[in-house]
Amino acid sequence: MSETERTGRAGVAVETPSPAGQKPAVRPASFGAVAWARWFWRTLTSMRTALILLFLFALASIPGSLWPQRGIADAKVAQYFRDDPGLAEWLDRFWLFDVFRAPWFAAIYLLLFVSLIGCVLPRAATHLRELRRKPPAPPRNLVRLPHHASFDASLTVEEAAARLRARRYRVTTGPGWVSAEKGYLRETGNLMFHVALVGILVAVAMGALYGYRGNVLVVEGEGFSNTVAAYDRYIPGQQVNAESLEPFSFTVDDFQATYIAQGERRGQPLDYSAKLKVTDAPGAAERDYTLKVNEPLDVDGTLTYLIDHGYAPTFKITDGKGQVAYDGPVPCLVAQPSTFTSECTIKVPDAQPQQLGILMGFLPSGVPMGGEWVSVFPGAANPLAQVYGVFAGDLGMGNGRPQSVYQLDPESLKKMKPLVMKAGELPAGQKPDLPGGAGAPVTQADPLAVGQKLDLPGGAGSIEFTGVKEWVALQITHDPGRMPALVFSALAVLGLVLSLTVRRRRVWVRVKNEAVATGEPDGSAPGLRHIEVGGLTRTEGGDFGEEFAGVVAALNPGVKDAR
Amino acid sequence: MPVENSGLAVLSDQLVLVTVLLYVFAMIGYALDLGFGRPRSRARAAGAEAGADAGTEVRADAVLATVGGGAAPPAGGAAGPAGASAETAEAVEAAGRDVPVEKEPSSWASRAGTVAVVLTWLGWAAHLSAVLTRGISVDRWPWGNMYEFVVAMCLAAVTAFLFMDLRYRVRFLGAFVTVAAALGLGFSVKYLEVQAGPVVPALNSYWIAIHVSAAIIASGLFTVAGVCGILYLVRKDTALRLPSREDLDRIAHRAIVFSFPIWTFAVIAGALWADKAWGRYWGWDPKEVWAFITWIAYAAYLHARATAGFKGRAAMIVQLIAFACLLFNLVGVNVFIGGLHSYAEVPG
Repeated sequence: MSETERTGRAGVAVETPSPAGQKPAVRPASFGAVAWARWFWRTLTSMRTALILLFLFALASIPGSLWPQRGIADAKVAQYFRDDPGLAEWLDRFWLFDVFRAPWFAAIYLLLFVSLIGCVLPRAATHLRELRRKPPAPPRNLVRLPHHASFDASLTVEEAAARLRARRYRVTTGPGWVSAEKGYLRETGNLMFHVALVGILVAVAMGALYGYRGNVLVVEGEGFSNTVAAYDRYIPGQQVNAESLEPFSFTVDDFQATYIAQGERRGQPLDYSAKLKVTDAPGAAERDYTLKVNEPLDVDGTLTYLIDHGYAPTFKITDGKGQVAYDGPVPCLVAQPSTFTSECTIKVPDAQPQQLGILMGFLPSGVPMGGEWVSVFPGAANPLAQVYGVFAGDLGMGNGRPQSVYQLDPESLKKMKPLVMKAGELPAGQKPDLPGGAGAPVTQADPLAVGQKLDLPGGAGSIEFTGVKEWVALQITHDPGRMPALVFSALAVLGLVLSLTVRRRRVWVRVKNEAVATGEPDGSAPGLRHIEVGGLTRTEGGDFGEEFAGVVAALNPGVKDAR
Repeated sequence: MPVENSGLAVLSDQLVLVTVLLYVFAMIGYALDLGFGRPRSRARAAGAEAGADAGTEVRADAVLATVGGGAAPPAGGAAGPAGASAETAEAVEAAGRDVPVEKEPSSWASRAGTVAVVLTWLGWAAHLSAVLTRGISVDRWPWGNMYEFVVAMCLAAVTAFLFMDLRYRVRFLGAFVTVAAALGLGFSVKYLEVQAGPVVPALNSYWIAIHVSAAIIASGLFTVAGVCGILYLVRKDTALRLPSREDLDRIAHRAIVFSFPIWTFAVIAGALWADKAWGRYWGWDPKEVWAFITWIAYAAYLHARATAGFKGRAAMIVQLIAFACLLFNLVGVNVFIGGLHSYAEVPG
């Protein structure tokens, strides 16, 4: 599949390996099924088809970079559907949001790989035969080869063969000639490269079938144990058994994010690190691990990555009956990554006499700016909780409709009674119809600092901002294909380097029968014979000229003797 | 908070400007050499003629040359057989030099060429120092954003040209490589420059030394090949003062054969890094997609060049498509598409 071997010039009969892939596909004259199948196979495995498929493969990948892809940028895909549902639906019909899982994409690469296998297998067979075969006899006229030399020396066929063998040539001899060949690693490397590509494909498929991936959000001080139920989102491969998950667990003790505090790059993150206490298996001893962005936690091939982070301010909420209805951290979604201005939703289903729903903004470094409070830095320098709205009523959590934990159910919200409002400051889509006149909510302008408490009107209870914690988003991945993929990738690179750097080359030596100068009978001066050396390399480039000169010098140490 | 040495960062910026100037002057020198020196193609033609006229005698000389450790040119064929090596071409060229021509080429022009080479080496030194001082000033590998990447890629291209020149005499490419490097540097100073500073946590890994360095080296070599490809398509067969098509084809092929495995390695190293940083080794991020497309396009070039009917012009066009993919991956993906690699920090 890689290079067509060149036939020798100047009447040199070089046996060209001619696997099926290199033969021109002649359309069968008779229309027998076997003939058609053979024609199809020949066409599929021809270099031209492989080239076209390679181009198609590249072209087919382009839409995958132009449109957002599901599983990579889900939010952007959703945005497409919101902005132009008609167009998005049509794009979706052509799998343009799932290019790399599309049937047409699979068709291209499967055809390409079939073509590759169809090309590589016959070539491998040919190569194996070549490896066992002796180098071919020399052409009639060595002087017509691209590299040649002739000289007179007292060299015998056996000596020439030995010297070529010493230079790691494979050598065969005949009457008056030596034939030597070297560089079989070129084709070996070429085949290895293409086989390794198939290996990579298999490894990727294996990872997709037997691997799983999941995401979970953990607040400082909380833990995670690797079971399907513990995940916020869990994407298993088709062949994954829920029982087979690696049984490790950990707690997140502490998370630290470091930012640049001054200058043009103020607010740019420098480092994230999470301190974990890991238990590799039930009953095993706890160990400490510092999880960082480029340093995932590895428990026997299951990897835990630090993907994202955010703030989880803690609140203590007392209901109208004076009982603590909620006390703990509330993970907030990051609304503005540069300042980590976040949006928090607290649902208090246990509050009596009515359930409470609270919408809040969290400002890690809040400062007043033009009558508003804004965050100016992602670090928690002056954490403030800005109350947007407190609502009393039925949260609708028991009606069977699934709800996002990060949002109050809009339908239920319409029926809830606002107790406290920050005028005009509700997150989009969460603005209820405000009742006017009597029973209008109390307005709350200033945000709460840590330790401050907001008493709800009408004795409905209180909200105390007790502290700030951080959450980390973790991805846990098990991919049994990753090591095989790495091994095959390494083999591919090795094969590629061999096939691009090693050259197949042949050297022939012909020792003429008749002596040009008779030696002394007592052997004090050896007889001289006319020696011809020819060299041929079947691939261009490189420095065969130099090597050939070296071979000639080795055969004829007394260069002065050269004619 | 890492220590930032703004003095060194400023020095780095100034060195880049010095580099651009030196490359521009070198380019003028190369152009003078090309324009007023010996037309290269005529020299080659003369060599070929001499070979044909002299017949067997030349062949005998060649034999001696071979035994003496030199190269054996095929008898009188500038086109050369398929197996012609660089030495063969050079030997033909050398033979051409020995043939007396009516008029000696102006020696000042070839001296201009030599001066250009010296200027290029000086520019290269300034260029290297610019990259080094930038790296030292921020205490990290100096290719953490697009500005730094393009500057380093131009350095790789010039380095590739200079080292090729030491071995294969590719001075005729000088004008085009230096102008490409000067344009690249100018573009990055004008449109891409960002203040020196530390990188985001995801980039803070030893993999930046492996993955990005490999990508830079490969891109530099691909640039040299791309320059050859453009010249190949632009020159007509009559344009004697431009390098010959065989030379361009040979050098482009050599550069790609060298850089394709490096690019392969860069992609694999990127996958290894992605496995460490993003939780998967391959996720079809736009940058990954285009690196993959580039890889396929160069693979297609290598296949095309070995396929009858695609050799020469068609293979060269494939090579240029591949180079366009490389450039799109470098600029287009960061500017138009984004994705996980978007912390390349394009200003504006």
